[in-house]
Amino acid sequence: MLWETVLLALREIRRNVMRSSLTVLGIVIGVAAVITMVTLGGGATAQVTSDIAKMGTNLLQVRPGQLHRGPGGTRSTANMFKVDDAEAIAREISGVAAVAPVASEMLQAIYGNANWSTTVTGSTNGFLQVRNWTLDSGRQFSEGELRAGKTVCILGSTVRKELFGAQDPLGTTVRLRNISFKVIGVLISKGQSSFGTDQDDFVLIPLRTLQRRIAGNIDVSRIYISAQDGISTNKVQEDIERLMRERRRISLGKDDDFHVRDMEELVSTLTGTTRVLTALLGAVAAVSLIVGGIGIMNIMLVSVTERTREIGTRLAIGALERDVLMQFLVEAVVLSSFGGLFGILLGLASAAAGARFLAVPFVLNIGIVVIAFLFSAAVGVVFGYFPARQAARLDPIEALRHE
Amino acid sequence: MNTTGSKGIGKHPLIEMLGVTKVYGTGQAAMHALRGINLRIDQGEFVAVMGPSGSGKSTCMNILGCLDTPTAGAYLFEGISVGKLSRGQRALLRRHYLGFVFQGYNLLNRTSALENVELPLIYRAIPAGRRRSRALEAMEAVGLKGWETHTPSELSGGQQQRVAIARAMVTAPMVLLADEPTGNLDSVRSKEIMDLLTTFNQKQGITIVMVTHDPEIAVYAKRTIRFLDGVIDSEEQNGGVG
Repeated sequence: MLWETVLLALREIRRNVMRSSLTVLGIVIGVAAVITMVTLGGGATAQVTSDIAKMGTNLLQVRPGQLHRGPGGTRSTANMFKVDDAEAIAREISGVAAVAPVASEMLQAIYGNANWSTTVTGSTNGFLQVRNWTLDSGRQFSEGELRAGKTVCILGSTVRKELFGAQDPLGTTVRLRNISFKVIGVLISKGQSSFGTDQDDFVLIPLRTLQRRIAGNIDVSRIYISAQDGISTNKVQEDIERLMRERRRISLGKDDDFHVRDMEELVSTLTGTTRVLTALLGAVAAVSLIVGGIGIMNIMLVSVTERTREIGTRLAIGALERDVLMQFLVEAVVLSSFGGLFGILLGLASAAAGARFLAVPFVLNIGIVVIAFLFSAAVGVVFGYFPARQAARLDPIEALRHE
Repeated sequence: MNTTGSKGIGKHPLIEMLGVTKVYGTGQAAMHALRGINLRIDQGEFVAVMGPSGSGKSTCMNILGCLDTPTAGAYLFEGISVGKLSRGQRALLRRHYLGFVFQGYNLLNRTSALENVELPLIYRAIPAGRRRSRALEAMEAVGLKGWETHTPSELSGGQQQRVAIARAMVTAPMVLLADEPTGNLDSVRSKEIMDLLTTFNQKQGITIVMVTHDPEIAVYAKRTIRFLDGVIDSEEQNGGVG
């Protein structure tokens, strides 16, 4: 009987293809929007995750101040680290592959007539190692340059492009806060990170040079540590925390005035953000599904009025209220399910196109496809019920007399 | 009032109306459509119901067809008091025992003749194969073999009414209620339809109650009941054409 009703509904829909397709357009658009949003969001999340994986999941970061979740960010009153801290970590903690103490300033880099505002990062060769940087040309810092705080620099590819264009910068000098730095190396481009920042936009100079000549202090604002392959970052993280508490003389029971973050934590924070964004966009799209449902209800009501005589005939020849109710309800559900189906196809197609356009991977989320389909069917039930009940409650005598 | 029908030996009172009254509205605005009808129709009868519009014949047919219930009095169908039944129970009575033929045919548009005929069998949950063969038989019985795939708009009025009759007869109902079945047809088509109804009445013993205002159509029935102002004005036996 249900199958009969479904066939009947299909025939009814086929009778008026134009109207049926216009009716479900709202659902199609709604579902397509949801699918597109969620699929693209999933793609972006996957991109972020893979980018961070490229950076190395064995990477740890130590920063002063506590990590606050929510507004406020890091507390800046905590004492900065010193180079000793980084050295202590390299010396005393096992399983560490490389350590890079880092301090940085925002400065104008000038070459000839060109100038470019960029981040000047002071660190050691360890920085190139922990952050997976490769030299395009030139060389790393020598031990002597690092120890003596020489004015040499390695350029990120963005800075090189902005200041030198096609020219070879090796051997030339770049001015940073009126100090001439000799360019000894250029890095291979990593491109834009998935958080939208240009990773190549920085100049690397020896840490000591930055401290003495530019910042005028001996602070280290963060320390990067990469763990050896096969070593648990959790273990290394715990060791670092213990060591830093000791070095910073934090008594038992007091909170840390620094924090160690591993990249996995960063991944979860970032994917959490994209997930919230995806949910938000999904919610907006869901509203259009509701609007689509109202469209279905409207047309079903019109249909009930148009087919009053038919309903009267059906009731006269023995249809129960339940039969008529089911007939119209099934019709609404079949309509909205069709809308859902087309919406899914359209959504996947536009998500594929959007993924190509935005250069994020296309990640098929079967769950959301199933949910979108069930939701569109549910829209049919909810918005089809009222018109169907109207039909079922008709008085057969009145309905038969209806012109 | 005459309550005697054609009480032949072995005949069985299929339909009985005892003092049936139907009032629409209340108080001053009350409209008495039926004022105490006593009527008995036996199994196998062919009854014509006549009367001017507003005489109560349509109301009476609605009650006979279990589409409406009396305000007072009792309508017994096979001894069952229909007035006491729920809407759903009356629908089941219609589904299993009654067949309807309307003046305007009331076929489903853009649906093939055969599918129209199958419709009441769908509500009886008869499997598709049996449904099809029974509908084909019914189409043949009304002389429309070969027209099964045509939709109502492709059929003439007479053919449409024959499809409607096939739809009513496909369930082999106990009673066929026909409301002006020839009202929209010319005399030639009307005769064809009436011959068809007469055949069903005589060959299959199906009880037929037919509303008409055409005396030439009424003579096909064996008994004519005339309504006037909500009461039965007269009853007469006729020979029946056939």
